[in-house]
Amino acid sequence: MIPAQFDYVRPGDVAEAVRVLADSDEPKVMAGGQSLTPLLRFRLAYPDVVVDLSGLTELRGVTDDGEWLRIGAMTTHDEVMNNPMVAAHCALLSLATRTVADPAVRHRGTIGGSLAHADPAGDLPAVALALDAEFLVSGEDGERTVPASEFFLDYLTTALDVGDVLTAVRFPKMGGWGFHYEKFSQAAQAWAVVGVAAAVRRDDGTVTEARVGLTNMGSTPVRASEVEAACRGVPARLETLREAAQSADAGTDPPNDLSAQADYRRHLARVLTGRALAKAAGI
Amino acid sequence: MTTAPEAPGTDQVGSPRLRKEDARLITGQTNWTDNIQQTGMLHVAFLRSPHAHARITSVDTSAARQQPGVVAAFSGADFAGEQGSLPCAWPVTEDMALPEHPPMAVDEVRYVGEAVACVVARDSYAAADALEAIDIEYEPLPAVVDMEAALAEGSPLVHEGSGQGQGSNKAFVWPFTAGDVDSAFEGADVVLTRRYHQQRLIPAAMEPRSVVCRPDGDAFTLWSATQIPHILRLMLAMTTGIPEHKIRVIAPDVGGGFGSKLQVTAEEVLALLLARRLRKPVKWTETRTEGFQTTHHGRDQIQDVSIAADADGRIRGLKVDLLADMGAYMMLVTPGVPVLGAFMFPGIYKMDAYSFSCTGVFTTKMPTDAYRGAGRPEATYAIERIVTELADEIGMDPVELRRRNWITHEEFPHTGVAGLTYDSGNYEAATDRAMELFGYDDLRAEQRRRRESGDPVQLGIGVSTYTEMCGLAPSRVLGQLSYGAGGWENASVRMLPTGKVEVVTGSSAHGQGHVTAWSQIVADKLGVPFEDVEVLHGDTRVSPKGMDTYGSRSLVVGGTAVVEACDRVLEKARKLAAHMMEADEDDLEFTDGRFTVRGTQSPATSVQEVALAAFAAHDLPEGAEASLDADATFDPENFSFPHGTHLCAVEVDTETGEVRLRAYTAVDDVGTVVNPLIVDGQVHGGLAQGIAQALYEEAVHDADGNLVTSTLADYLVPTAADLPDFTTDRTVTPSTTNPLGAKGVGEAGTIASTPAVVGAIVDALRPFGVQDLRMPCTPQRVWRAIADAREAARSEGGQR
Repeated sequence: MIPAQFDYVRPGDVAEAVRVLADSDEPKVMAGGQSLTPLLRFRLAYPDVVVDLSGLTELRGVTDDGEWLRIGAMTTHDEVMNNPMVAAHCALLSLATRTVADPAVRHRGTIGGSLAHADPAGDLPAVALALDAEFLVSGEDGERTVPASEFFLDYLTTALDVGDVLTAVRFPKMGGWGFHYEKFSQAAQAWAVVGVAAAVRRDDGTVTEARVGLTNMGSTPVRASEVEAACRGVPARLETLREAAQSADAGTDPPNDLSAQADYRRHLARVLTGRALAKAAGI
Repeated sequence: MTTAPEAPGTDQVGSPRLRKEDARLITGQTNWTDNIQQTGMLHVAFLRSPHAHARITSVDTSAARQQPGVVAAFSGADFAGEQGSLPCAWPVTEDMALPEHPPMAVDEVRYVGEAVACVVARDSYAAADALEAIDIEYEPLPAVVDMEAALAEGSPLVHEGSGQGQGSNKAFVWPFTAGDVDSAFEGADVVLTRRYHQQRLIPAAMEPRSVVCRPDGDAFTLWSATQIPHILRLMLAMTTGIPEHKIRVIAPDVGGGFGSKLQVTAEEVLALLLARRLRKPVKWTETRTEGFQTTHHGRDQIQDVSIAADADGRIRGLKVDLLADMGAYMMLVTPGVPVLGAFMFPGIYKMDAYSFSCTGVFTTKMPTDAYRGAGRPEATYAIERIVTELADEIGMDPVELRRRNWITHEEFPHTGVAGLTYDSGNYEAATDRAMELFGYDDLRAEQRRRRESGDPVQLGIGVSTYTEMCGLAPSRVLGQLSYGAGGWENASVRMLPTGKVEVVTGSSAHGQGHVTAWSQIVADKLGVPFEDVEVLHGDTRVSPKGMDTYGSRSLVVGGTAVVEACDRVLEKARKLAAHMMEADEDDLEFTDGRFTVRGTQSPATSVQEVALAAFAAHDLPEGAEASLDADATFDPENFSFPHGTHLCAVEVDTETGEVRLRAYTAVDDVGTVVNPLIVDGQVHGGLAQGIAQALYEEAVHDADGNLVTSTLADYLVPTAADLPDFTTDRTVTPSTTNPLGAKGVGEAGTIASTPAVVGAIVDALRPFGVQDLRMPCTPQRVWRAIADAREAARSEGGQR
């Protein structure tokens, strides 16, 4: 890798990180480095300083926070997918994280880095959106909480300001829900052409509630609200869930790129949403 | 089924020895070119054209020279007087257009990524940074991206006035005809015509290209990640005028090539010239994107193929009309690749007549050249696909149609319609074994069930009964094909005083495991321990004679040279042993490394004892020299012809277009196997690359000639995670054209697998009316093919 020249800082605590970021013209935060490194390598990013958060051990790990699971931003994908609390209370995150890239990437890449990078083709943003996660942010003006619905603003763009550090993400504990992440990719370690994060709650044979987040169906992760509404109160059967999934692409603006044209992505979103709902509903 | 003859004293050859190379490679004790450090070494970075086609109107490198750490900066014009033109060793026709190809463009650029200037700096970061300070202006010219458009009247020209017959992008036309093609087609019950596209591929070897050059007085040492140190030395001398004996080329550890390092590159020539100009060692290593843009590409043909047959499936004739994309220039064997394919289109089938024509076309893209199989995968794809379509057309099982047409095992040696004499083979045995392992009948039954029930997941079966020409190549044949060199190989075997053995080979390993395989051969021949053999290669000073490694030639040609050198060592050893043992030469027996006198109980003399006696030279027979060392040069009389039967089953999810490889069985006949582990590795890797062409890989250019798939995120190279467990087995029908009986295995998997996979997908979709799919068969393409076929069926139904 031959990036352009940059300064490198490894802060010892969050306050120092926030201070360094605020004092720089064009800083870039590095968590696990799995998204930033390619940007540096291709000289698509020209930061004057790279702020490496790997020294902030307090940002690592999963804690039980009552109604929530709080996951430190520097927790690696590997730690998330192997964490028993995540598996017990937020299995959708475990399932989706298992599909991220390959073991080497999952050992370095972090949940915070992945979400803050906000690549709509990444797997975790759709999960955070579908589950109404909340983002805990430290900035120059102190700490604040941003709901997922307000976090993803555009392609690679979030509600984080230049001086902000994402410190943790918290997910509501969802007992009694079924989950599935349906990822469709051209090769095992490629990005999702389309991904569907689904959570379903049933009361015997009836679906009482469903949540659906879509990966790579627009410039941000997308919530398939029409599908969620269509699922409410329907019998938990394959045909009805497939029927409900027919509106999965409503309100989306999927990209045209090498791996897929928009019309194919819309088709995939409908098919895969049906499959994801069925699996999440235990059918 | 045929089996290998019992070779005398065999215990190493045929044994799955772990590779001698691996402990060092796996633990990182490696010597890649980019690891090489030299005192005072400078680093080179190239500025590359962002245009597919443009005139260079001005280049100013002065600001770059002022950048921190920069030692020098040059434009193409600065080397115009000495850089020469990159060589093409295979002018396939007398009138072939052979445009000048300066290593650094001087007046005009003709593909995106062509080098236009360079910076030499104290480190690679400074060199890369300073590129941005070079001021260069271009006057854009029209890109020529599409082959058919390039041949149309009025197309912009890639090279003004240097096409065949001038004013054209046609580089050459190479025709071949055998038999009466017209009557073969006129009298046929069935004639099928198909157009197949061989998409452009990027070889993507694991190790990027890299070169280091150090001036040594008036001589130069050049390290390069190359497959061809010997050819490279010769070509560097011819291109630059630096005398051949003043250039030493070393191929250190080389991490894969697949043909992409069978090349004489701009960067190698310029490294040599920069080292001469600056009197300092220089290094250049490509980035992955640089490699994708500027390491030669493979394939890229449009194949118009017609086959004529009787109603009972007997093939009468074949017509092939190729357009082959040369890219912007003729590189080392660019035009020869599609021409080599001419001999392989008839495959394993008997037929009365065959015609072939190849038109080489210039476009403003990276030149194409050899890529694993080089002409043979393209040909095999076309024949195996159209034979399968022929079977469908006449309602016959695709295996049965093949049986009716292939050369039977009793018919070898057999001279086919394309003029090649296949020395040996047993297609029946390989096919029977493959069908048994695959469970062909059961899978066909499952296919029927899925079709009848309208299962959204359909099953398809693909068949590929391939052969290939390997062991490149008889020098006489290469001469007839206008190739610029021979096809022999050289080896030396040195007996050291302590009985250890050094083997010097002209083959140049870059991942194949030659060190292990050659050690096995020598251990058996000389009766010495496997561990006592050291194999030296890849350095023109250490192994001065060689023709290097490509075209599945190393074992067949280079391995035979080793065998013959061993025979000569033994001939000398026998004379000396007889003298030492006071016996007649003819009474000596040699077994397991020991000479004994036939019919006596006298003590044996080991080959190691003989080696020591030769070294001491205290008591040599009259006229003998104080050495057992010998060398040999082997020039094959014929190619070798590996063959095999590959069967592939795919599941196609008709709702999404996803293709899953359900089962893959490969039964290959590569002749005598020296190391089954290495052969399995070659087959597995070859399958991965052939499957990659079928399902994943394509170098995509936009209308302006930019390579869109310039990273590994866009150009999908499959990994083990994408591939099924392969079922592999072998039949052994030894080659009769070399003493080892080996046929070569480096390319077999790649050649065989692509049509098997695509054939399987088409087979799965036949109920929908799908007859063909463009490669790579991505989910989107498969889904659209189904959607289009359904649409066509609907509108057809509506019209009725």
